[in-house]
Amino acid sequence: MKIRAQIGKVLNLDKCIGCHTCSVTCKNVWTSREGMEYAWFNNVETKPGIGYPKDWENQKRWKGGWERVPGGSIRPRMGGKWRVLAKIFANPDLPEIDDYYEPFTFDYAHLQQAGESKAFPTARARSLISGKRMEKIEWGPNWEEILGGEFSKRSEDYNFEGVQKEIYGQFENTFMMYLPRLCEHCLNPTCVAACPSGAIYKREEDGIVLIDQEACRGWRMCVSGCPYKKIYYNWKSGKSEKCTFCYPRIEAGQPTVCSETCVGRIRYLGVMLYDADRIEEAASAESVEDLYQAQLDIFLDPNDPEVIEQARKDGVPEAWLEAARHSPVWKMAMEWKVAFPLHPEYRTLPMVWYVPPLSPINAAANAGQISVNNNMPDIRSLRIPLKYLANLLTAGDEEPIAVCLERMLAMRGYMRAKSIDGVHNESIATDVGLTGAQIEEMYKIMALADYEDRFVIPTGHREDAEDMFEERGSCGFSFGNGCSGGSSKTNLFATQTRKKLQTPTEVL
Amino acid sequence: MSNPPAAVPAGHEALPSIPIDLWINTFLFGALPYIALAVMIIGSIFRYDREPYTWRAGSSQLLRRKQLMWGSNMFHIGILFLFMGHFVGLLTPHSIYKHFISAEAKQLVAIYAGSVAGLICFAGLVLLMHRRFFDARIRRNSAFADNAILVILFVQLLLGLATVPFSLAHHDAEVMLRLSAWAQGIFTFEPGVGRYVAGLDWPYQAHLVLGMLIFLLLPFTRLVHIFSAPVRYIWRGGYQIVRSRKDLRHG
Repeated sequence: MKIRAQIGKVLNLDKCIGCHTCSVTCKNVWTSREGMEYAWFNNVETKPGIGYPKDWENQKRWKGGWERVPGGSIRPRMGGKWRVLAKIFANPDLPEIDDYYEPFTFDYAHLQQAGESKAFPTARARSLISGKRMEKIEWGPNWEEILGGEFSKRSEDYNFEGVQKEIYGQFENTFMMYLPRLCEHCLNPTCVAACPSGAIYKREEDGIVLIDQEACRGWRMCVSGCPYKKIYYNWKSGKSEKCTFCYPRIEAGQPTVCSETCVGRIRYLGVMLYDADRIEEAASAESVEDLYQAQLDIFLDPNDPEVIEQARKDGVPEAWLEAARHSPVWKMAMEWKVAFPLHPEYRTLPMVWYVPPLSPINAAANAGQISVNNNMPDIRSLRIPLKYLANLLTAGDEEPIAVCLERMLAMRGYMRAKSIDGVHNESIATDVGLTGAQIEEMYKIMALADYEDRFVIPTGHREDAEDMFEERGSCGFSFGNGCSGGSSKTNLFATQTRKKLQTPTEVL
Repeated sequence: MSNPPAAVPAGHEALPSIPIDLWINTFLFGALPYIALAVMIIGSIFRYDREPYTWRAGSSQLLRRKQLMWGSNMFHIGILFLFMGHFVGLLTPHSIYKHFISAEAKQLVAIYAGSVAGLICFAGLVLLMHRRFFDARIRRNSAFADNAILVILFVQLLLGLATVPFSLAHHDAEVMLRLSAWAQGIFTFEPGVGRYVAGLDWPYQAHLVLGMLIFLLLPFTRLVHIFSAPVRYIWRGGYQIVRSRKDLRHG
């Protein structure tokens, strides 16, 4: 057993209002640069829909994630190492920028400079890539917002697999949800595996997956490797970039920008302990339906004395163990089983999890399409959203989703009885396998969602690794050579070596 | 009394004038190789150290996939074959390969294999140039160096292909032996090495000079990605990479 800690994340889709604050604040901080206009480290999709980039969930087309080969081992779906290298001159699995959208701006200056005319002057669109006029904008970062666009296109949503085609047109009248997406900071990331330069790595201390910008050579295999299409090739710099999980903030104990600014308070950050020695085993589970459980199995109970002892041996700081015991992610994923990984069938063991929304169920219930059982909507009678959510979150296994939705309904029922009728109805809790106390804690964390309950982030322990006194007056973060004296150890110009922050070294 | 004529100090005797063609030959084929190699090596180290953020392949596939799949694959496969052919063909001493193949046969292999690879590379380059100069997206996002190196490589390829008829005209492999004697002489610091290629037909000489210019320009273009060919990936243990701060200590 080798215990490592990771800051995991849960998004409570039941409360997402699709306001895009997360996307916009993230963009302002990280991707408002030339070459990255088209990139959204965080974006919010309306589901059903084909998403951004188009059809990203269709791995038959994009070859992202892993596949299990006969013999039981796994390899990137885009191919083993030789196959990856064979694609290096031209990568057949790489999306074109139009699959995201062609970035554009408007000729705002024309509004001020236009001469007198009969018609009102307009600001017309101009491509940020070619600089040419765009007569028609064909696609954008959020084209399908609130089921926008044509149904025929939207219905190509990959999660409708196994749902009868003729049903969902009619069904769409009652069913819609938002899906905010960011890098999953996977335990078994395919982007890392596919990078020929070895420039992408997972940080041992907090699990954040980063691209070393100075080691990246722009072979662009990571873009194909990532099944979530959350690595973006910067067409200006020729390097790939991705969500950094706002690591400078995380190290300081602050939530990521998207989490901090979420007005719906749907985002949770907390420590998860896991057994690093069993990652490959978990990712190689035979059936895709087993992957959700396999990932649960490598998470370790932070209250278990054996786990605590081993974690200390493996160098997990005490503050992180303490934070793990109060982790909202642990509670939702492991205790209440209401959070699920996004598309576990990709075998990447993602670490950004989702609480499925009740809204499709409620909408259907209000429309009278659902039977009521003991004052609670019988969610199991509503097959389509259940199947759809299962395709999204459990590789098609409906049972865990059903249990989760029942627990969330039970939470509402229990709290309604308590606050309106003044009745403690323990049976509501026990019917769904929980206790009243657990339901009340669920309510505190998921419904009230106070800041300190949502974000339990221990600060980074750089002092364990580096003598921070030595770092004073050193160069900060910068692209290029910044104020450093070169990146290699060799000193080309016989100048005094400047102090600089060091990038972590490979241990595995 | 008349003074004796002032003695010319030692070392100041008038040197015999150097014929201009010898001077040019010495510069182009005796000095330029060292200048080009030195600039390539020092420039590349310098860029790698000072500007690691600029060290990349510079792919434009994201902006336009069309023509790249065929163009880039054909160009790279062709040019890699040509490079290996030149490298092995020029730098393997005759005394080694004569046990396996005669110089005449080697020349024929070089001509035919080189022509096939050259034509593949030619087709790829034409596609890539068309894409780079006529696609609005790519055109706008190409640096001068991106355009220039493509044209230079194309001219170099044409010059290389232009030597084929000249080589076919003589079967005695003498030209090939002179070229490899020159190339090997560069690395053995042979004095007057330029004499081996003096008087060769113009396509050979132009091909050599432009080739050295490409070496010289290499650190200033996207060609630096050649040095980063990720062969280590094959031997990298497993798939995953984890980095830790634990081993970092300031002295």
